[in-house]
Amino acid sequence: MTRSRWQIFPLLRALFAPLDPILLAILAALLAYGWVLMQSAAPGRMDDQAIHYLIALGTMWLVACLKPSRLLSFALPLYLFGLLLLIGVALFGDVSKGARRWLAIGGLRLQPSEIMKIALPLMLAWFFQQREREFGVWHFVLASVLLLVPVGLILNQPDLGTALLVAAAGLFVIYFAGLSWKLILPVMVVGILVLSSVVIFGDQLCQPGFDWHVLREYQKQRVCTMLDPTRDPLGRGFHIIQSTIAIGSGGLTGKGWMLGTQTHLAFLPERSTDFIFAVLAEEFGLFGVLGLLLCYFLLIARGLVIAATASTHGERLLAGGITLIFFTYAFVNMGMVSGILPVVGVPLPFISYGGTALITLCVGVGMLMSIQHARRRARRAR
Amino acid sequence: MIDLRQSAHDLNRFRLRVVFAFVLVCAGLALLAARFHFLQVVSHDYYLTRAEDNRIALLPKVPHRGTIHDRNGVVLARNDVTYTLEIVPSRVKDLEQTLNELAVLVAFDARDRRRFMKLFEESRNFDSVPLRSRLSDEEIARVISQRYRLPGVEVKARLLRDYPHGSLASHVIGYIGRINPRDLERIEEAGETANYRGSQHIGKAGLEQFYEAELHGSTGVEQVEVNAGGRAVRALAHTPPVSGNDLELTLDIELQRVAEQAFGARRGALVAIEPATGGILALVSMPTFDPNLFVDGISTQDWKLLNDSPDHPLLNRAIYSTYPPGSTFKPFMALAGLESGRRRIGQAMPDPGYFMLGSHRFMDDKVGGHGMVDVHKSIVVSCNTYYYQLAHDLGIERIATFMAPFGFGERTGIDLPGEARGVLPSPQWKRERFRRSDQQVWFGGETISVGIGQGYNAYTPLQLANALAALVNDGKLFRPHLVRHVVDTRTGARRVVEPEPLREIPLQPAYLKAVRDGMEGVNTAGTGRRAFAGAAYTSGGKTGTAQVFSLRGQRYVEGRVSERLRDHSWFIAYAPADKPRIALAVLVENGGFGAQSAAPIARQVLDFYLLHQSRETPAAEDGEAEELEGHDHDDDEHEHGSGEERLP
Repeated sequence: MTRSRWQIFPLLRALFAPLDPILLAILAALLAYGWVLMQSAAPGRMDDQAIHYLIALGTMWLVACLKPSRLLSFALPLYLFGLLLLIGVALFGDVSKGARRWLAIGGLRLQPSEIMKIALPLMLAWFFQQREREFGVWHFVLASVLLLVPVGLILNQPDLGTALLVAAAGLFVIYFAGLSWKLILPVMVVGILVLSSVVIFGDQLCQPGFDWHVLREYQKQRVCTMLDPTRDPLGRGFHIIQSTIAIGSGGLTGKGWMLGTQTHLAFLPERSTDFIFAVLAEEFGLFGVLGLLLCYFLLIARGLVIAATASTHGERLLAGGITLIFFTYAFVNMGMVSGILPVVGVPLPFISYGGTALITLCVGVGMLMSIQHARRRARRAR
Repeated sequence: MIDLRQSAHDLNRFRLRVVFAFVLVCAGLALLAARFHFLQVVSHDYYLTRAEDNRIALLPKVPHRGTIHDRNGVVLARNDVTYTLEIVPSRVKDLEQTLNELAVLVAFDARDRRRFMKLFEESRNFDSVPLRSRLSDEEIARVISQRYRLPGVEVKARLLRDYPHGSLASHVIGYIGRINPRDLERIEEAGETANYRGSQHIGKAGLEQFYEAELHGSTGVEQVEVNAGGRAVRALAHTPPVSGNDLELTLDIELQRVAEQAFGARRGALVAIEPATGGILALVSMPTFDPNLFVDGISTQDWKLLNDSPDHPLLNRAIYSTYPPGSTFKPFMALAGLESGRRRIGQAMPDPGYFMLGSHRFMDDKVGGHGMVDVHKSIVVSCNTYYYQLAHDLGIERIATFMAPFGFGERTGIDLPGEARGVLPSPQWKRERFRRSDQQVWFGGETISVGIGQGYNAYTPLQLANALAALVNDGKLFRPHLVRHVVDTRTGARRVVEPEPLREIPLQPAYLKAVRDGMEGVNTAGTGRRAFAGAAYTSGGKTGTAQVFSLRGQRYVEGRVSERLRDHSWFIAYAPADKPRIALAVLVENGGFGAQSAAPIARQVLDFYLLHQSRETPAAEDGEAEELEGHDHDDDEHEHGSGEERLP
């Protein structure tokens, strides 16, 4: 290959080399889903969403072009920057709908908790990479502190949904780093016990005046509404009732594109954002739903393969963590819309309207691509 | 090398964890798939039905409320079309800001705002809450032109209840008000929830409350396709509402007006009954209030003004306040004496001016007594001593047994809510009334007080008027009633409310005549002669004076105490004497002696009813012109007066 002559194809190839074709294909399928659904749910938002797509894909490409080692070197500054913003929000943030989540800088409104969704797993992956050889209990203690500080700040906003997602992202990395099974298993058992007791004793627990101590009143109400949406059919339960009606009435094949009554008669709340899954289920039925589940399955499987085959410890942790975030997003959103999880503000990954979440997710995909590209290069070099 | 093996070991451990995570992911996705299968395949039919129900909403169509007319067709309560400014809570983002912006377009004061906030808190989320009613054309135009930037703000044409006569007969007509949570409970208990879906008002007092079921009508239904905001997308089917029935009263609003004006600023009550039917011709409780204040939700200030007034304008004295009847009880006592055989017509007894029971001396009003007194004279001059002795001779049991059929101490069953029972005293009543055994004993002296209408006796003006109606109707007692026809507005069919005789008291005509002769004597030669001097008709009457004991809940108001401690003034009357067309009872609170203030009111009412109305009958042409003039004059006065009565 001569460098003296300006050639178009090698340049293009170089440009697109970092983009993993499999991930790209899955992402294209997901974005296509999103595009089609958006036309039905909120045609007026198509232009904005198209711009979001372009920005997100561009960011993804930029990230994919960076070497994983470079990405990991961003970990500490990004983490500290995110932390600083979170503290700034706690002190000067705008209050909207009873929560302090936004930070206005100039004309920009930033939601710093969003940065943490990427910064925290990156930080932890970098942290464990540095200490690859010298594992100790106190490393995990330190990692827990790194995790708990931002999560605590986000919980304080209060924003339970984001806090859970950020915490999950961190925990996945810690899990992959080798947290002792002796710790994981008891926690899982306790978690399952708590969940099942909430489901079984929900009626007693949801009595007014019964203080849950751990959760705030509005969070308690969300859990209670999930357990029994009819307790507040016109208020908090309205979302869940209407979305389950939309899903259930879709049936096997759906009512057809643009023909969902729940969607088009505006019974469905937040139909272009958090509840867009219900539009899919109503208009395309179980087949459409299973297609989407398949896309997510492939995305996660591909991510885990990349993680399993990555060349360094830090890359493995990062890839594993990011992949499981995709799963958490998808699972929590679909679980919430179908009424098996409480309503927390989590968008359907790659599909819901909104730029911030889409960019965050595409940055994640870009990182996976970067890691995969690095491995391919390493193999070629060998 | 060790490093490499270590690294390989690490990699294997990591991959194991990846596999475990993968298994969890698969489990999670499988769980979701199972959930979707359950929703979309297993429960599909159920949710499909729910979705269909969702699309089709049933919008209530509120019926027109029935109107109320007096016996001559004069409208007392009607519906006016007005434009109201309303806000739908669920569609407003920032209420404070919306209100501020509206304040620029439409005049509404802090009072409207407070009232709105109160309604807003009570409202069901998807109902609109009125902010101001009776918008002017200009205001409507201003709001409509700005509506696009005020989501949730609407101008609606509403039928608003209007009481054209203001405070006149307000205690009879009552008023409607906005449905509150307590009303909702009652509606639910009555199983009327569906019929009141969409209704905003309900009868709260008077006939509006009592005849709620007739007046309300049945709510229609419009089937529409709607969105979640409750906005109709298109109409599918329509069941029209059925308007409520109109009420036509026995009440004569002009007579009512004369009666209310006769009271002037005095407190009190008047009930006039047609003896032959039990129909109420006038039912006055003074002071009155303006029912229009309540329709839209009364403001706190207005409510305080009415509720805290020492005159208690909201209290319907005619049916709820009880007073000792005083000497108006004497004709009934006289009849009891004759019927029981303890007294004979013409049998006279000496009155020394006092009656001795044991060592206690009961005094007559007239020092030295009235001389020899028989039944006739005892009524005409209102001789206490005669009735002290009579009560003693009869005994309390016999008195109570005789009085009960006249309706004393029992609810008359009038078609108004909130009637009091009153007290017909007897040893049995006292045993039930008091808890301590030493209070339960009936004393002989108490019988003596009851004999002249004092003591424990306590009756409503309505009870006394109805008892008098029975007395002058040869013992035939009717259930008093205000509504005479219920008119179906669609067909025009009139359902007659038949006079309902409660009982016929067996009375000797001779004894009845003797008592009525006595009462005629009152108006010609006795305590009522001054008030009835020169009357163009014959009449009977009886004065009474009720000793005041403190009203329940009465507050000490300086400067009024001496007036408030004065006796209540009673007068009962009927006319014409031979074939009475009207019987009435008048009470003036703290009016002093009965002949002083109550009797002239009775005279004015009887004059108007018998002389003004006799225009239709050629018999009494003489008095016509004179009375007509008087009436017109009254009218002017009223207009002037009602303007002042309206609260600022």
